[in-house]
Amino acid sequence: MLEFKGIDKYYNPGTVNEMCLFENFNLKVDDGEFVSVVGSNGSGKTSMLNILCGSIPADAGQILMNGEDITNKKEYKRNRTIGRVYQNPAMGTCPSMTILENMSLADNKGRFYGLGPGINRTRKEHYRDLLSQLGLGLEDKMDVKVGSLSGGQRQAIALLMSTMTPIDFLILDEHTAALDPKTAELIMELTDKIVKEKKLTTIMVTHNLRYAVEYGNRLLMMHQGNIVMDLKGEEKEKLQVDDILDKFNEISIECGN
Amino acid sequence: MGIYITILEQGLIYGILALGVYITYKILDFPDLTVDGSFPLGAALTATMITNGVNPYLTIPASFLIGVAAGVCTGLIHVKFKVRDLLSGIIMMTALWTVNLRLAGTANVPIFGEDSIFENAFINGIFSGELGTWKVLIIVLVITIISKILLDLYLKTKSGFLLRAAGDNDVLVTSLAKDQGNVKILGLAIANGLVSLAGCIFCQEQKVFEISSGTGSIVIGLASVIIGTSLFRNLTFMKATTAVLIGSVIYKACVAAALRFFQPQDMKLITAVLFLIILIIGMERRKKVKKNA
Repeated sequence: MLEFKGIDKYYNPGTVNEMCLFENFNLKVDDGEFVSVVGSNGSGKTSMLNILCGSIPADAGQILMNGEDITNKKEYKRNRTIGRVYQNPAMGTCPSMTILENMSLADNKGRFYGLGPGINRTRKEHYRDLLSQLGLGLEDKMDVKVGSLSGGQRQAIALLMSTMTPIDFLILDEHTAALDPKTAELIMELTDKIVKEKKLTTIMVTHNLRYAVEYGNRLLMMHQGNIVMDLKGEEKEKLQVDDILDKFNEISIECGN
Repeated sequence: MGIYITILEQGLIYGILALGVYITYKILDFPDLTVDGSFPLGAALTATMITNGVNPYLTIPASFLIGVAAGVCTGLIHVKFKVRDLLSGIIMMTALWTVNLRLAGTANVPIFGEDSIFENAFINGIFSGELGTWKVLIIVLVITIISKILLDLYLKTKSGFLLRAAGDNDVLVTSLAKDQGNVKILGLAIANGLVSLAGCIFCQEQKVFEISSGTGSIVIGLASVIIGTSLFRNLTFMKATTAVLIGSVIYKACVAAALRFFQPQDMKLITAVLFLIILIIGMERRKKVKKNA
């Protein structure tokens, strides 16, 4: 369970450019929920994820993870139970290392990085199986440096790497935004499969309204640091893209866009 | 003949330093100026130990460890106090000047006639007669190759993987629930350990500790790394560490060749011009300049 309690976040505090993003922001995500988050630029979607993961601090309020207050916990310590995939495919992999090396590195998450061999040969078949389910032919390129792969291939590997070890939460930050439609579709299907298989509590920020409607069991729409739409259960299932598009237009008109 | 042997000897000794610079500059992408202080640090400790009659072989691990300590200091300044990478190195380089003087006692400590890793009853017994000419070169070669192999092995461990990841993509290290700051400190520690080890060997080869022996060693290290890695960029079967060692020998050969036409006092200018030429040919500057501008 994840909980935001009374979060305040200001940008450029104390200057003329001071901007209040969140004021008393509250959100509770229950175990097993797959939350899609949509909203215009600057609505606070990515800031919300960054505050949750500890990449940026909140000015006030609490973050609770499974009931534990993690507000002051360092980012790298929070990541023990969080897997995160970024918009930029380069963020989730190491370009100068091979696919095999990258996967071995990720496979050791949560354990000690000591003087044992970096590549565990006995796990190689397992990595091959994981890669072959992508259908991108990467299982035959395990000794190729990740830096020479395409964005979509890298993102697929990043997704596998972030979910390889036992984690509780998966944070997806517009992870299909930089990909072509076909690859994006593939990554989305893979995401859904992994989330269901591993029963991960997931928050996915996306600009693709269709993905937001099609995938997940809860939908949030954010606007200027507030949640303006929160649908789950049956309501979410009945939802059509046009419904949220209407709501989206409504907000935009208010803003004068 | 003698000049070639000297080039090889010095090239290989500075090769150990270049291995250290390779870790900071290439793997961690951290321009570490501590090197100018940690190279004579190893030399100062070695001279002190030898004049005090300590077994010369103990200078090798001792120098490595004292270099590790210097690297940890630079790392702590950078990571814990958030001082910029270049400045952290400059602070430590400056501080180490005094440390080195205090450690050695004076700016110049000769160790002629003392036992060293090159001059002791056991070694002189093995290398008698004809072999004597090759003695220093062979010992240096053995030490350098052992250092290189140990570094290669380390870079293949889990810890080594994490180090490579830290320079490549520090976000990934954080995602793996590891503190990237600690990984950086570890890398700086190993790098400066190697640099200090090079200082230890250099001091015994020269049979003297000289406080200013470290000045410009970062340039030598960087030049070697850049020559090695850009010259053998397309040879994928060659390990980067091997390339760096060869780069170091080539650099020493270039300097020796240049000195044939110039006076020893022109040394620093030659070094600077040579380094500039290497940067231009190696095309290294673009990426780095953009990043740090």
